[in-house]
Amino acid sequence: MGQALAHAENIDQAERILESGKTRGLWSDAWRRLKRNKAAVVGLIYIGFMTLIAIFGPLLAPHDPNNIPMGDVWVPANLPPFWMEGGNPDFPLGTDSLARDNLSRYLYGARVSMVVGIVPTIVTMLIGTAWGMISGWLGGRWDDLMMRIVDVVYAFPSLLLFIIMQASLRDTQVGRMLGGLMLLFIAFAITGWNGTARLMRGQVLAIREKEYIEAATAIGVPTRRILLRHLFPNAMAPLIVSASFSIPGYILSESSLSFLGLGIRPPNPSWGSMVFQAFPTITYQPIFVIMPTTLIALIMIAFAFVGDGLRDALDPQSGK
Amino acid sequence: MIPVLWLVATVTFILMHLAPGSPWDARSGAQGRDLDASLEASFNRQYGLDKPLIVQYFTYLKNAVTFDFGESFVKVNKSVVDVIGDGFPYSATIGVLALAIALGIGIPVGVLAASRHNTMVDYVSLFVTTISYTLPDFVIGIFLLIIFAVQFGWFPVLFTDWRSYILPALALGTGSAAYIARLTRSSVLEASRMEHVTTARAKGLRSRSVMARHIVRNGMIPVITIIGPALAGLITGTIIIESVFAVPGMGRLFIDAINSRDYPVIMGITLFYAFLITLGNLLVDIMYGLADPRIRESQ
Repeated sequence: MGQALAHAENIDQAERILESGKTRGLWSDAWRRLKRNKAAVVGLIYIGFMTLIAIFGPLLAPHDPNNIPMGDVWVPANLPPFWMEGGNPDFPLGTDSLARDNLSRYLYGARVSMVVGIVPTIVTMLIGTAWGMISGWLGGRWDDLMMRIVDVVYAFPSLLLFIIMQASLRDTQVGRMLGGLMLLFIAFAITGWNGTARLMRGQVLAIREKEYIEAATAIGVPTRRILLRHLFPNAMAPLIVSASFSIPGYILSESSLSFLGLGIRPPNPSWGSMVFQAFPTITYQPIFVIMPTTLIALIMIAFAFVGDGLRDALDPQSGK
Repeated sequence: MIPVLWLVATVTFILMHLAPGSPWDARSGAQGRDLDASLEASFNRQYGLDKPLIVQYFTYLKNAVTFDFGESFVKVNKSVVDVIGDGFPYSATIGVLALAIALGIGIPVGVLAASRHNTMVDYVSLFVTTISYTLPDFVIGIFLLIIFAVQFGWFPVLFTDWRSYILPALALGTGSAAYIARLTRSSVLEASRMEHVTTARAKGLRSRSVMARHIVRNGMIPVITIIGPALAGLITGTIIIESVFAVPGMGRLFIDAINSRDYPVIMGITLFYAFLITLGNLLVDIMYGLADPRIRESQ
């Protein structure tokens, strides 16, 4: 027991020596470069703003987003926003075709967009990281088999799978969970992990022959620890860049599916489903289509700016 | 390619049969109610749905090999091949037009940006292409529809004549044009740093002919290779665009089939799309070999 502890302590010390003088500078360097990129800063501020709305939106919403007003108060449907003729300041951005308050629905829609971007990204990153690291570390036949599976998943047309999954499983129990979000998470997770798996496998293959890994193996650091403490931190930078592109990818997939009427389940609001709902009135009240479409456009642009900025900041040799 | 198509067929088959409810609900107007049992049985017999699932599955695969994808459940007396034949010309026209727009705008913009590297022209084009590449096709489509069809009335809002192809093709082509412009810019920049370019300059060729003969031609290699997959991507990209512009193409028929649970049509169109996409992916490898002799020799 005592000996085992002493051994563990030695490993710790050895690791600390191996690690000392390592990457401390990378992150602060990258942050400095990112701050100098104006587009990325604007994008970051907008994403931060939308995150706050996603968290606190329900406190700001003046009305219940899903409540169709009935009985005592009469609220007109398709009420225009306050700056247009016939607007009503009680409903600053007007009402939808079921007389629900638009502003409240947009605020809740921000939550849907952020959640639908972030949750599948975390899930696919975890699956892909584990898969890629194990595949790269094992090598040989296991590596071949695991990468072959990745190739097949990659070749499967993802938008088609999303559409078919939504079409067939929407009315099942899973399809109803979280207002339809659960099914979207599952669909995105099934197809989304292969990119991360390839990335991590490449990282492992590139790093595993380095001297410090050899040193760690030589002093008897267990495999799991090598993978988590030595390989993983080194692969963080490309992982973050790839996450910054996958979040808007999922937001786009959700809004596209919702625009086709195949995404989130009514009455829950999402920007894509609000475009879908307002679309029939596009010829005489285009403003109800313009507003949610603009929200989708802005969040996509913000993420693209940040993603480009992060890529340039974390890997100065890439691009340009 | 065959394994992927088989997998797509199998996954789609399983998912279709997991869906609750019967495909006849919509036809009989019995949405939510139980269909008359004898009627349901006769429908099932007619379309072979009374057989065990595994038999249906192998029958489907066997027929699919001979391009027989069965008959539509909803459109009476129409085979799936007919349905695809009805919609595909619209989707293909839009896809090809979009590709022409993407190449026609993307390549010149990319070459221009590269030849004016690090000038205002370069920065502006980089900014514009970043934004157009980022915006989803259907978002661009909606803005085009509102501006040019609803506000100005230059184009019909619904699908009527040849003018109705222009906006969908623009909406679909803009993102690809931006992508091709960025690709062209970076590959032309890379090509201009090669040694044979220095040689060409050193022997006194005019910079215009160096640009045209030695830089742009080399820089086009990556662009040529993505044409195949780009076209496949553009044709499948019409799924959403056709809904924006009410085009009666394959994407529109696909969504209609989903809403009416027309299983054979859903399966058929899915396989057709999957075929186009895998074909596009296959073309990348072939085009690379054709465009760059070094790759052909190494294989």
